[in-house]
Amino acid sequence: MSDRYLNLVNSPLGAKVAGTVGLPRPAVLRRYRAGEPLVPGPVLVGSTAGKVPAGLVKIVAATGAETLVEPVEDTRYGALVLDARSVAAPGELANLRAFLTPQLRSLLPSGRVLVLGRVPDGNDIAADATRQALDGIVRSLAKELQRGSTANLLRVEDEASLPSAIRFFLSGRSAYVDGQPVLLGPGQAPEPADWDQPLAGKTALVTGAARGIGAAIAGVLARDGAHVIVADLAAAGEALAKVANRVGGSTLHLDVAAADAPDKLLAHLRDHTGGLDILIHNAGITRDKLLANMKPEQWESVLAVNLESQLRINAALLGSDALNEQARVVCLSSTTGLSGNRGQTNYGATKAGVIGLVRSSAAAFTGHGHSTINAIAPGFIETEMTAKMPFATREVARRLSSLQQAGLPVDVAEAAAWLSSPGAGGINGQVLRVCGQNLVGA
Amino acid sequence: MSAPRRAAIVGGNRIPFARSNSKYARASNQDMLTAAIDGLVARFGLQDQRLGEVAAGAVLKHSRDFNLTREAVLGSRLAPTTPAYDVQQACGTGLETAILVANKIALGQIEVGLAGGVDTTSDAPIAVNEDLREVLLELNRARSAGARLKALRGLRPGQLMPSIPQNSEPRTGLAMGEHQAITTREWGITREAQDELAAASHRNLAAAYDRGFFDDLLTPFLGLTRDQNLRADSTAEKLATLKPVFGTREEGATMTAGNSTPLTDGASTVLLASDEWAGEHNLPVLAHLVDAETGAVDYVHGNKRADGLLMAPVYALPRLLARNNLSLQDFDFYEIHEAFASTVLTTLAAWEDDAFCKQFLGLDAALGPIDRSKLNVNGSSLAAGHPFAATGGRIVATLAKLLHENGGGRGLISICAAGGQGVVAILEA
Repeated sequence: MSDRYLNLVNSPLGAKVAGTVGLPRPAVLRRYRAGEPLVPGPVLVGSTAGKVPAGLVKIVAATGAETLVEPVEDTRYGALVLDARSVAAPGELANLRAFLTPQLRSLLPSGRVLVLGRVPDGNDIAADATRQALDGIVRSLAKELQRGSTANLLRVEDEASLPSAIRFFLSGRSAYVDGQPVLLGPGQAPEPADWDQPLAGKTALVTGAARGIGAAIAGVLARDGAHVIVADLAAAGEALAKVANRVGGSTLHLDVAAADAPDKLLAHLRDHTGGLDILIHNAGITRDKLLANMKPEQWESVLAVNLESQLRINAALLGSDALNEQARVVCLSSTTGLSGNRGQTNYGATKAGVIGLVRSSAAAFTGHGHSTINAIAPGFIETEMTAKMPFATREVARRLSSLQQAGLPVDVAEAAAWLSSPGAGGINGQVLRVCGQNLVGA
Repeated sequence: MSAPRRAAIVGGNRIPFARSNSKYARASNQDMLTAAIDGLVARFGLQDQRLGEVAAGAVLKHSRDFNLTREAVLGSRLAPTTPAYDVQQACGTGLETAILVANKIALGQIEVGLAGGVDTTSDAPIAVNEDLREVLLELNRARSAGARLKALRGLRPGQLMPSIPQNSEPRTGLAMGEHQAITTREWGITREAQDELAAASHRNLAAAYDRGFFDDLLTPFLGLTRDQNLRADSTAEKLATLKPVFGTREEGATMTAGNSTPLTDGASTVLLASDEWAGEHNLPVLAHLVDAETGAVDYVHGNKRADGLLMAPVYALPRLLARNNLSLQDFDFYEIHEAFASTVLTTLAAWEDDAFCKQFLGLDAALGPIDRSKLNVNGSSLAAGHPFAATGGRIVATLAKLLHENGGGRGLISICAAGGQGVVAILEA
C-alpha cells in the first residue's frame, strides 16, 4: 500500500510545511535499475592510513563510478568509502573524523557512507576496542544522515567478497540496509561475467513465493538471470502461476511443513533441474497471540512452517546431490527474532531460531563445495500483512527507523539476491538486517 | 516400416472443475482454457516458447469462438507464434486432441505440443430462434427498402424465444441420460452397483486430493482449489436415497443425479513431447502414449442392447488390443470415463459377456473381467465432474502420473462420446 505521508512530504507544498513545523521527512529512496549508473555521483575513497590502497581504488573504479582519492571542491559525492582497517588505537579514529566531517554535507541524496574495518581478533585489546568503535561510529552516523543516505560497515577478514559487497552497498540494491555491519570472510567468490546478470545459469527455488516478499525475491532473482522455481501451497497456485509467468520461472506446489516435503522437493529437483544453486527459505506464517492465550496449534503450526521446515529441508539437501557446489541458501528471519515482539512468542522463537540455524550450519555448507547459508532479518516492510494493520500503528511503525519509512519487498529481495550471488561467497553464517535501521531492537 | 517413436506425456494442468452456474458462471471457455494453459506454462516454465502446436476444443461453443484455441494461445504466456486448432468430437475431444498431438510427435512433424479441452455449461451459447434467424438473413440479403420491409413483415413475437443447446441426440431427440437408461435396463445394471461405483469415485478422488496427488496436476482458478462436485463423505447408502432422474417412464429406474455426472465447467491441458525434447528441457517423462483407437456404433438403427449410444468403446477396444497383442487383463490401471456409473458397468459387463463378444465383437470368447481394484483408482467423472471436452485431458494426465508413481506399467483409457462414438487409448511407463 502506498505511503501517503511519504508522498506528501516529497511534494513542494508538503516539503515546506513539514520543514517548517519539524515533521519527519522520509526521502524517496534510490533503488537499483539495471543499466543505470550504480552510484549517482563520484565516489570519494579515503584511508585512515593516509594512502588509499590501489586495490580498493580498483574495486571501486570497476563499478563504473567516477573514483576520486582526493576531495574536489564543489563536488557532490554519490558515496564516501573509507578504509579504516589501519586503526589500532582510539586516537587514530580522529583520522576517520577528519576524512568524513568535511564531506558529509556534500553527499548527494541516497548517498552512501561505507567504512571498511577489521574484525576484533583478541590479539590486542586496544586494537580490538578501536575496531569495535567503528561499529558505534557507523551506527550513529547512519542515524544522522538524511535524504535517504545510509552508512554501513564492512568488517573485512578476507577480501574475496569485497568487490561484490562494495557494489551492493554503493548501489540502490542496498536502499533499505542502514547502520549495519557485515562480516566478509574467506570463501569462493568468483566474479560474474556480467554484473547485471550475476545469477545467469543458476537455478533458484523460493518458498512462499505466491505473494509479498517471496514474489519480489523471485522477481529479482529472475532479473539477475536465474531460473526461478516458485513454490507455495497448492491452494495458492493461482497467484503462484501468475508469479511464475511474470518472472519466466516454473511452479512447485509444496507444503514445506508436510512430512514428505523434503522428499517431494528432492524428487522435483531431480526430475526438473540440473541441481539447485540457490534456495530462499521464505515461507512463513504468523499466528499472533499473547503467550497466556496461546493454543497448541498456534504454537506448533508457526514452528513447523517457519523453522522446522528449514531444518529438515537443509538436512535433506546437504545429504543429497541435488544441491550444487557453491550453493547459496538464504533464510528469512525477522527483526522480531532480534528484538522480540508482543504477541509473537511463537513467531519470535522461529525467527531467532533461524539465526541460530544459520550460524550453526555455516560450516556444514562450507563443507558442501564452498556453499553458504545466511539469514535476512527484514524490519517493517510494506506487504499485504502490514496493510492490514490499524492506521495509526502502521503510520508510527513506518517512521520508527532512520530512513523514516517502511521498506519495500524489493529491498529484501535485493539483499537476498546479493547473498545468493557468486561474489558473496565470503559471507557465511551471517544475519543481514534490511530494516532501514529500525529503532527497535537495534 | 520402422515403428515411429512414441510421444511422451510430460505432465498436465487443469483447473478445478466447478458445478454449472456456480464458481465459473462468468468465466468463458476462452478464460478457462487460457487459465489452464497458463498454469501449465507456469508449471513447466514454458513462457515465450513456441510449441509445435496446441490442439484443444469445446463441445458447447459460441460461434464467435471459431478459433477458440488459437485465441487462448494468443492470450497465454506461450509464444504467439505457436499455432493452434480446434477439435470437436463431443466428450472424446480431450483424448482425441492428445492422440492428434501424439501422432504428430510420433511422426517427427513436431517435437512438443499441447492437447486440451474446455467446456462451460454456465456460459453456454444461446442462438436466436431458427425462424428469426431466417428473417434476419433475408433482411441482410434485401437490397431495397421495399424488400427490407417485406422481410421485416416476417417477424413474429414467438421468434424471441432463443434456441438453447440441448444435451440430446439430434437423430433421436433423446437426452444422453435417456439413451443410457435404455442401455442400463437392457444390461440389467442394478441401482446398488451404480451407487457403489459413484461412492467409490468420490472416496478415491478425495483420498487422492488428501495425499497431494493433484498438487502438480492442478492450478486453482477463481478461488476454487478442489473439484466442486467432490463429496468426500459420500456413501452408497446416502446415494441410495436419491430419486431416479433418467428412464423414469418405466418402472425400476436406477439412474439418479448421484450416479450420473452433473453439468460442469472446467478446462484441462496435457503437455506431450518427444523424449529428446523432454530431456533437453530437463523435464520428466511420465508415460508414453502407445496407441489409440476410435470407434462408433449405429445407435440410431442398431440393436437396442448391443448398440447403445455410449457403447462405442466396447467395440473400439478389441481392435486396439489385437493390434497391440494384449489382453484386457494386461493393464495395471483402467480409466473408464464415468459419464454415468452404469456406462462403466455396462462396458465391463459387455466385455465379460461371452455371447456378446462372439456375436458383436467377432471374438472367440469374452475379453473377461478386470481387477476392479485397478479401476479409476483416483476417482473419475462422477466425483470430479465432467466438463465435456476437458475430461480427456484430466484422465490422460492422471493416468500418466499414476503410471509414473507406480514406477512403470500399462494403463487403459476408455471414453464414450455423443453421436455413438468412443475413444480408447493405451499409456505405458
